[in-house]
Amino acid sequence: MLNYIIRRILYAIPILIGVNLVTFMLFFVVNTPDDMARMQLGTKHVTDEAIFKWKQARGYDKPLIYHDDAPGFQKFTDTIFFEKSLAMFAFDFGRADDGRDIALEIQSRMWPSLAIALPVFLLGLLAYITFALLMTFFRATYIDFWGVVLCIALMSVSSLFYIIGGQFLISKLWHWVPISGYTNSIDAWRFLLLPILVGVVSSAGANSRWYRTIFLEEMSREYVRTARAKGLPERIVLFRHVLKNAMIPILTGAVVVIPLLFLGGLITESFFGIPGLGSYTIDAIQSQDFAVVRAMVFLGSLLYIIGLLLTDLSYTLVDPRVRLE
Amino acid sequence: MLALSTRPISQVIKRMSSFIPAGIIASLHSAHGLRYWGCCVFLLLAGCAEPWNNPYPAAQSGENILYNAFAERPKHLDPVQSYSTNEILFTAQIYQPPLQYHYLKRPFELIPQTATTLPTVRYYDANDVALPADAEEVAFSVYEIHIKPEIHYQPHPAFARDVLGDFLYHTQTASDLKQIQKIADFEHDDTRELLADDYLYQIKRLAHPKLHSPIFGLMADYIVGLREYAETLSKHATANPDDVYLDLRQFPLSGVEKVDDHTYRIRIKGKYPQFIYWLAMPFFAPIPWEADRFFSQPGLADKNITLDWYPVGTGPYMLTENDPNSVMVLERNPNFQGEHYPAEGMPEDVENNLLQDADQPLPFIDKIIFSREKESIPRWNKFLQGYYDASGIGSDSFDQAVQISGQGETVVTEGMGEQGIRLETAVAPSTYYMGFNMLDTVVGGRTTQEKQAARKLRQAISIAVDYEEFISIFANGRGLAAQSPIPPGIEGYRDGKAGINSIVYEWHNGGPRRRSIKVAKRLLAEAGYPDGIDKKSGKPLVLYFDVTTRSADDKAILDWMRKQFRKINIHLVVRSTDYNRFQDKIRSGNAQIFEWGWNADYPDPENFLFLLYGPQRKVGNNGENAANYDNAEFNRLFERMNNMESGPQRAQIIDQMLAILREDAPWLWGYHPKDYALYHAWYQNVKPNRLSNNNMKYWRIDHNLRAQKQREWNEPVLWPLGIVFFLLMGGLLPAWLAYRRREQGRSLTTQSS
Repeated sequence: MLNYIIRRILYAIPILIGVNLVTFMLFFVVNTPDDMARMQLGTKHVTDEAIFKWKQARGYDKPLIYHDDAPGFQKFTDTIFFEKSLAMFAFDFGRADDGRDIALEIQSRMWPSLAIALPVFLLGLLAYITFALLMTFFRATYIDFWGVVLCIALMSVSSLFYIIGGQFLISKLWHWVPISGYTNSIDAWRFLLLPILVGVVSSAGANSRWYRTIFLEEMSREYVRTARAKGLPERIVLFRHVLKNAMIPILTGAVVVIPLLFLGGLITESFFGIPGLGSYTIDAIQSQDFAVVRAMVFLGSLLYIIGLLLTDLSYTLVDPRVRLE
Repeated sequence: MLALSTRPISQVIKRMSSFIPAGIIASLHSAHGLRYWGCCVFLLLAGCAEPWNNPYPAAQSGENILYNAFAERPKHLDPVQSYSTNEILFTAQIYQPPLQYHYLKRPFELIPQTATTLPTVRYYDANDVALPADAEEVAFSVYEIHIKPEIHYQPHPAFARDVLGDFLYHTQTASDLKQIQKIADFEHDDTRELLADDYLYQIKRLAHPKLHSPIFGLMADYIVGLREYAETLSKHATANPDDVYLDLRQFPLSGVEKVDDHTYRIRIKGKYPQFIYWLAMPFFAPIPWEADRFFSQPGLADKNITLDWYPVGTGPYMLTENDPNSVMVLERNPNFQGEHYPAEGMPEDVENNLLQDADQPLPFIDKIIFSREKESIPRWNKFLQGYYDASGIGSDSFDQAVQISGQGETVVTEGMGEQGIRLETAVAPSTYYMGFNMLDTVVGGRTTQEKQAARKLRQAISIAVDYEEFISIFANGRGLAAQSPIPPGIEGYRDGKAGINSIVYEWHNGGPRRRSIKVAKRLLAEAGYPDGIDKKSGKPLVLYFDVTTRSADDKAILDWMRKQFRKINIHLVVRSTDYNRFQDKIRSGNAQIFEWGWNADYPDPENFLFLLYGPQRKVGNNGENAANYDNAEFNRLFERMNNMESGPQRAQIIDQMLAILREDAPWLWGYHPKDYALYHAWYQNVKPNRLSNNNMKYWRIDHNLRAQKQREWNEPVLWPLGIVFFLLMGGLLPAWLAYRRREQGRSLTTQSS
């Protein structure tokens, strides 16, 4: 298994370089360093000299990918792409255009993101599986029928509506929790209740239906018939046998997102005033801060690769037949 | 609804009992059970002296705090760099340039801030011989500024010294900084008196090679020696890349001079009367060298501890918490003293209770908390709940907030009025316009004949595009159709008949009336496009409108604009592009018609008229004249007006300039936006304006009234909890019964088999 893990980690390097290159190309196709300088320097009294100095100070005065005038290997190394990308593999993300250290920002912002994403993930998983099992247990009854109707209704509503509706009902009309905000103290729970509730409810429809489908598929297997023939109660069949055997497809969808929880939610964080990585990314895109965008895309790719690796490893835990070689 | 803060817990339980199942109620009624549940509820609602939805800690209740919101995080708080409104919002409360605007008087009037009086200005010829004040041929102007003694900086570790008098924190090592995460982690702090040197130090910082001041280019044209100074610093920085601290005291700047500890001079090339306005902006605020030295230590920047994020000033407030992702906190500077609320204002200020605090020491508020609120919906709702003290009005909440009274006045709606919310309005010193690229062959023209035809075309369009309608539909009436580039409150703006643009309007029944489409069509025909058909080619006239990429919401605006042009049979094609490409088009002169805006830096007509000054052309000169308008007579008058002090002679020249502009119509003059803002009843001493930014020291909050209203408006509504409980029970009970039935059925089947 160790060999497998090492091999997967090595595979990650060319993937990350590729992602970096694509991000770089996409970003600089629409933005030149001059555009970035103008965006940062504002619209008033911006001179060519000021733009040049801004670029020079941040290393954006060099060629993008290939330096024709440089000698030897420096043709590739004395470029914006090389200088800005290589350091990221050592987790040196550099500075944002406003001068702040990106690594420090990521460190401080990932906790608020995690404070929402982790409970949403865990509570959501629990709620969706429970609801799906309930529908499966009562399959072909009115409970199953109305459960599916409810799922489709929940799926049909935009996630933005849940946020605005939740804020309107729970905070504005009923005054139960603050509409938005965050604090780094223990008092943060008051700000997290609503986004967590909204996060769980907004994904309930799609996920519960998906898990219901998985469970129903398992219910038609022969081992279930055997269990029933042995006279096992239905709840034992469901919770002890079906749930265990349905873990592979559940893990496929669930484990891969665990590392990505650090990155937070783009819209949720904006609406609830949570200073997480999601809102950091949105801010960076809006202000054309390439340094931050690049760092966040790199981090996202890295975490996704880790998620896929964890998913593979988790298969071995739930299914002894799986061997990673 | 329950006022939990004021009722005993047993009463609360009694009220809640209608929603709680019988078993729980039984336990509530036993002595032990009551104590147990009482404790649980008490713990659950701990801190409920405050409403549950209060986003602030209970400890802040009743404190003299102003709660504000900010949407966009400031990029720079170093006064040499910060230029955006959202940055100056902070720096203006912390840093004190020598001058400021009078808070109440209009038109805007400069008064001393740290200076003892307004600066004296002396003029000199090229041989440094003094000239009279009315001299026109001036080689140099010298501004002499005296600052008040006994002004002290906020407490800061940069000033802290040990017993030997050495600075405690100027030579920190990596291990010293290990425990430091924020500025408050430094144990000691101190202060010192504000000196003339600090102002000179800041002026030198405008040329600092690493700071990129946005006004360096402009100031280098005026302050003697500043451009050369930048080169010297740049050379030094290149030659000594390892120097972390560039001590500007070691590099003299010929354009500034220290006279004594409290007096300094600035030497300007030629005559630039508008320079005095810059002395009221944070670019010319003092920076103590100790702060610069302190923050340049290696290791601090890695912890995001920089002068750009932790300002050091003498103003009424100091930034004590800076987390621009979430919250920024200004607290009263304990060393600030000596400034008082103005005793004079405008006649209406008495009626508006703006002079009640006359001569009271400033500031009134102890702490100002800015919370980051990126979305307008939560920001608006928190304002309605009393958690923000003031709010702007978004277009989606406009109807909820504002209505037009029977007398045609804009007032708050009944609901807002009942909450004690009041509306304050002010015309902004800004202009939004639609420009014609004068280098374009159709709307600008090349030959004299083409230029005359293009002028008529522009005049026709100026009549056709009805900005009164635009303001009414798209700005909810929040604007004033412009008659020229100069907005109200700025010298050169005229009310009444004398101030109208006679090309577009006629005076009718005591007010301006837009000329008819018939007139526009006549002008269009004279331009060579009768009924919108090009006489030469016989094809319909097509014009191109360049805009930055719009959201779907703006489609209505663009459709409206097409409709305006269609009134005179011109086909308008909208070319939408992203902001960068749009700027490229403007810089290279490839746009035909475009829209743009300008916010004044200072209340002088020069700050608007220079946008049409020939040498400021975008194409070729990279100036601010996006229309590339270049009229020799206008340029000549601008140069005269630019060097004159305010007065009747200058006003006359401005009139002449405006007449030229109206005739040439290089812009559709567009409109001047009106700022609408809502304030709660506890928010006092507010006189909104966009030019003076250091206003927070004048504001007052009645925090007791706020706490009372917050409690009144935010009592928790508990009945939905009961509904949720019954819904859950209603859903689960049949399921449970069905499960029981099924299990019993299975068991019977098993037994019988």
